[in-house]
Amino acid sequence: MTPDVMPAPSIDYIALLPYILVGAAGVIGVIVEAFVGRGARRPIQLVLVFGSLIGAFVILVVNRATQGIQAEGALAIDGPGILFMGLILLLSILVALLMAERQLDPAGDAFAPRASALPGSEDERELTVRGYFQTEIWPLFLFSVFGMMLFVTASNLLVLFIALEIMSLPLYLMAGMSRRRRLLSQEAALKYFILGAFSSAFLLFGIALLYGYAGSVEFSAIADALAAEPGQTALVVGGTALLAVGLLFKIGAVPFHAWVPDVYQGSPAPVTAFMAAAVKVAAFGALFRVMYVALGGVRWDWEPLLWIIAGLTMLFGSVVAIAQTDIKRMIAYSSIAQAGFILIGVSTATAQGLYASIFYLVAYGFTTIGIFAIISMVRLSGGEVTRLDQWAGLGKRSPVVATSFAIFMFALAGFPLTSGFIAKFLVFESALAVDNLGLVIVGVIASVMAAFFYIRVVVIMFFREPVEGAPAAAVPSATTTLALAISVAVTVILGILPEPVINLIEQAGVFLR
Amino acid sequence: MIGNGAVVLAEGAPSLQPLTAATGVFGYLWILIALPLFGAAVLLLGGRRTNKWGPYLGVLTVSLAAIYAIILLVSLMGRPAEERAIGQTLFEWVFVGGFSVPVALQLDQLSMVFVLLITIVGSLIHVYSLGYMEHDPDRRRFFGFLNLFIASMLLLVLADNYLLLYVGWEGVGLASYLLIGFWQWKPSAAAAAKKAFIMNRVGDVGLSLAIMLIFVTFGTVTFDSVFAAAGEANESTLTWIGLLLLLAACGKSAQFPLQAWLLDAMEGPTPVSALIHAATMVTAGVYLIVRSNPIYDGTAFALTAVVIIGVITMFMGAIIGSAKDDIKKALAGSTMSQIGYMVLAAGLGPIGYVFAIFHLLTHGVFKANLFLGAGSVIHGMNDEQDMRRYGALRTVMVITWITFMCGYLAIIGIPPFSGFFSKDDIIHAAFEQNLLVGVCTMLAAGITGFYMTRMVIMTFFGKARWPDDAHPHESKPVMTIPLIILGIGSVVTGAALLYWGNIESWLEPVTGIEEKPLPIPAIILEGITLAVVLIGVAIAIAKYRKEVPVEAPKGNLLTVAARNSLYDDAINDALVVKPTYVLSDGSVFVDDRIIDGTVEGSARFVGGLGSRLRRLQSGFARSYALLMVAGAVIVVAILYLARLP
Repeated sequence: MTPDVMPAPSIDYIALLPYILVGAAGVIGVIVEAFVGRGARRPIQLVLVFGSLIGAFVILVVNRATQGIQAEGALAIDGPGILFMGLILLLSILVALLMAERQLDPAGDAFAPRASALPGSEDERELTVRGYFQTEIWPLFLFSVFGMMLFVTASNLLVLFIALEIMSLPLYLMAGMSRRRRLLSQEAALKYFILGAFSSAFLLFGIALLYGYAGSVEFSAIADALAAEPGQTALVVGGTALLAVGLLFKIGAVPFHAWVPDVYQGSPAPVTAFMAAAVKVAAFGALFRVMYVALGGVRWDWEPLLWIIAGLTMLFGSVVAIAQTDIKRMIAYSSIAQAGFILIGVSTATAQGLYASIFYLVAYGFTTIGIFAIISMVRLSGGEVTRLDQWAGLGKRSPVVATSFAIFMFALAGFPLTSGFIAKFLVFESALAVDNLGLVIVGVIASVMAAFFYIRVVVIMFFREPVEGAPAAAVPSATTTLALAISVAVTVILGILPEPVINLIEQAGVFLR
Repeated sequence: MIGNGAVVLAEGAPSLQPLTAATGVFGYLWILIALPLFGAAVLLLGGRRTNKWGPYLGVLTVSLAAIYAIILLVSLMGRPAEERAIGQTLFEWVFVGGFSVPVALQLDQLSMVFVLLITIVGSLIHVYSLGYMEHDPDRRRFFGFLNLFIASMLLLVLADNYLLLYVGWEGVGLASYLLIGFWQWKPSAAAAAKKAFIMNRVGDVGLSLAIMLIFVTFGTVTFDSVFAAAGEANESTLTWIGLLLLLAACGKSAQFPLQAWLLDAMEGPTPVSALIHAATMVTAGVYLIVRSNPIYDGTAFALTAVVIIGVITMFMGAIIGSAKDDIKKALAGSTMSQIGYMVLAAGLGPIGYVFAIFHLLTHGVFKANLFLGAGSVIHGMNDEQDMRRYGALRTVMVITWITFMCGYLAIIGIPPFSGFFSKDDIIHAAFEQNLLVGVCTMLAAGITGFYMTRMVIMTFFGKARWPDDAHPHESKPVMTIPLIILGIGSVVTGAALLYWGNIESWLEPVTGIEEKPLPIPAIILEGITLAVVLIGVAIAIAKYRKEVPVEAPKGNLLTVAARNSLYDDAINDALVVKPTYVLSDGSVFVDDRIIDGTVEGSARFVGGLGSRLRRLQSGFARSYALLMVAGAVIVVAILYLARLP
């Protein structure tokens, strides 16, 4: 009797090259941490990070025509997937530029010299005095990016879950690594971890229910089951709901938003930028794929749900942001509101909505990174200054920085001639195309309220007398400057000439299943 | 509804005139906008190094634009009437699927007159500002903002689609905000700027919703295509569009119920009040309504709403203007009232569009004249704005006095001053359409006579009630020359536009025109109107001929209400501001207390102060988790409920 032979899966390694590059660079990074001397680690890590990210992006662009379901149905490398991955890689490159900053903080970079040292301990002080740096954050960062790339192309619920964890676990650690205000940072990390694990449980429960219904975890099999058996059971409804909860948590939609302000406030600015920009892109990518591909058959069920959540998210984020006095918290609530606007695109269940949301994510991602670049620059000796009233008169002391920040604020508020205007216009248009005037009205009202607090920041920076001992923007090194310049340029150019990007997005076609 | 609205309106609707390609001298339309925009960019980005010559550059760009505008006018007049609408596409701005929004300009008879008003009055006010702002350390920034305003305003009137108009609309709003708050070290100026901004945003919601509705209905936002298809759209859609556009107009043009910001906007430097808050920007609402006339022609309901808003504001402005002692605020009330006239005229339909624009033009000139005159007085009186501290100024400020009198006679409508022609035309049109509205316009003319006479007497006649440190003197030529030019304008603009410029047939291709028989002969109507105005003047003379007390007397109920701008702030506060704060605080409260508090509240009793810190660090996560569970339950519930038949 011959033993049963397990058939070897067919893997097209060329198609998977971008993933392999980033993942392998992360693994090599860990080995570097273990075996290479302290001084040589940083240059090697930087080469690994930028080399793998840029390399993966180039390969992605060159191979963009090679689309298809890969790795035995685990991954769907299709037009939207490539767009999401490309955007994640670009944003990650900018974030890496921010993370590489070593000029702003007199003690070195933005991260704790050794994450294991107790905050405020003798140990920590000594490490700081001796000028220690830790470089473990770089492989963690690469793993997270790797997880995101998997997350947006996962074509099977288990891969989706694993990708989510690969993406999230390093983030929890990175959130706790701030050099300044470490208690706040560690608190943020712990909260993020607990709540993240909690939301993973919801997601996993949803996966189980859907598996119970369809007998498979593959998106295409679930879609087939929904098509074959339109009279659905409670399993589908429960599974859809819990899966949505898990994904909406990562997006930061109301009522799963509670972690956002605390975590954004506590994390080091570059990490917050990473969370606000890249993680949001990844979460939306996954939400789109799950909803459109696997659960397209029950879209009549989840569309109204997403309308309600989008509306609530926009209104809640905008209203509560008005009452904030800390710039990071304000941006956190603003990012909640922005997620609501992007959800409008998801809730349309059309290709037009998909394209509109992708454009929104492009606009929002670059703007957000620029914002956090500036937040990391406005500082006193004790670290970043995030109290809004201390930003008074920044326009006088650092006109270029303040003007850039004003541009970002105008973009988030959706003023014409910035990327934010076109983005809002496109998502509203996509909602109108499916006759959802109500949601658009809510959106317009929310954006009007939101304009108030965005403009308020501009007013504070330019029209208010500075307080005693107020900070000016510190001069950053070339990396942060480059990231900031790119963000400003993209924000302005997308507002004036959005056409090429819109065309590019529209060429992406639809999801493969 | 007014008269037998819809039927009559349809007859007067103009057939759309085709756009002609921009060739020859029209090929450079964009330069009109680019000139002031360039000025603004140099002044605002150039920093201190442009301090010295910056203001002159600001004056130069606008003057060049004015010269080019005059060349355009002459060339336009040289063309046959049907080729006077020029279109020029600059580049594609948004292009998504079948939807495209080009950045395209359109110069037709309507935009032409606006361009002239904006650039010519704009240039004069720029010149005047050289004198008025001479000692201001920040005057480079001031001229930068003024240039920015001119560029935005020109974009607003030259846009060939609603979306581009919206860009200009926001641009003038921004410039207005920056200029009202120009003296930001005064808390009142900063507050006024914020108020103007927020109230304008309310109007902007109307405009953006209108544009979306237009796009959904017609599939395009270009004026030409929208207006061509407007006839076929159903009436309730047109009504909604009309009402939303009206909301936008109310915000920008300070019409009821969004009028409260205009009086506070007087915190800005006086040239700003003259240019933006009297002559040009505040009339953008009238432009919007008249430009959208094919939409309004299909909806008698929206037109009626326009008339009602116009009438209400016309009276409110006049009443407020009659009681204010601050010369600029009195003029601002008058501006509200006069724009009420224009809005009302626009609401009359094709019978009134032309006269709305006609009055807008004459008003733009004489109100700029009055404001600059007031500015000259304020300048001479050491920044004193209270008319109770003026008096007898005619003896020391002769040029200001004479030019102010020109503006005065124009606004109250004494023939042959310019206001006479334009206001009388509106009154005629009102009587043609509806007797009640006609009587209202006539009464308001009487009140106009009252408050303007009051202003003139308190300022220029009677005994001097000057503060001890004031040494009133005539302003410099750089200020008086623009005054003289505008003063002449106040005299001749009306007759010139009507008889020489033939404004009615000039605008007819854009707005259409319609005549109806008057219920009484025109000459008698004019006589009655003039009599009503003179009665108003006489009452004012009788009341203010005597000594004017320096302290304002108590006054009756109406006077007190009018002094408080008819309690607009209190009303806004109660209806809008408070509820918004309650909503915001409430959301924070719900987030912090009810949600966090449910979990923590019970523990709070038990735990002492020492455990507080620990609880702050671990306790919140618990309540967040609870919120998530609640959310998940709601999500599941929604999905199940949606399934129930």
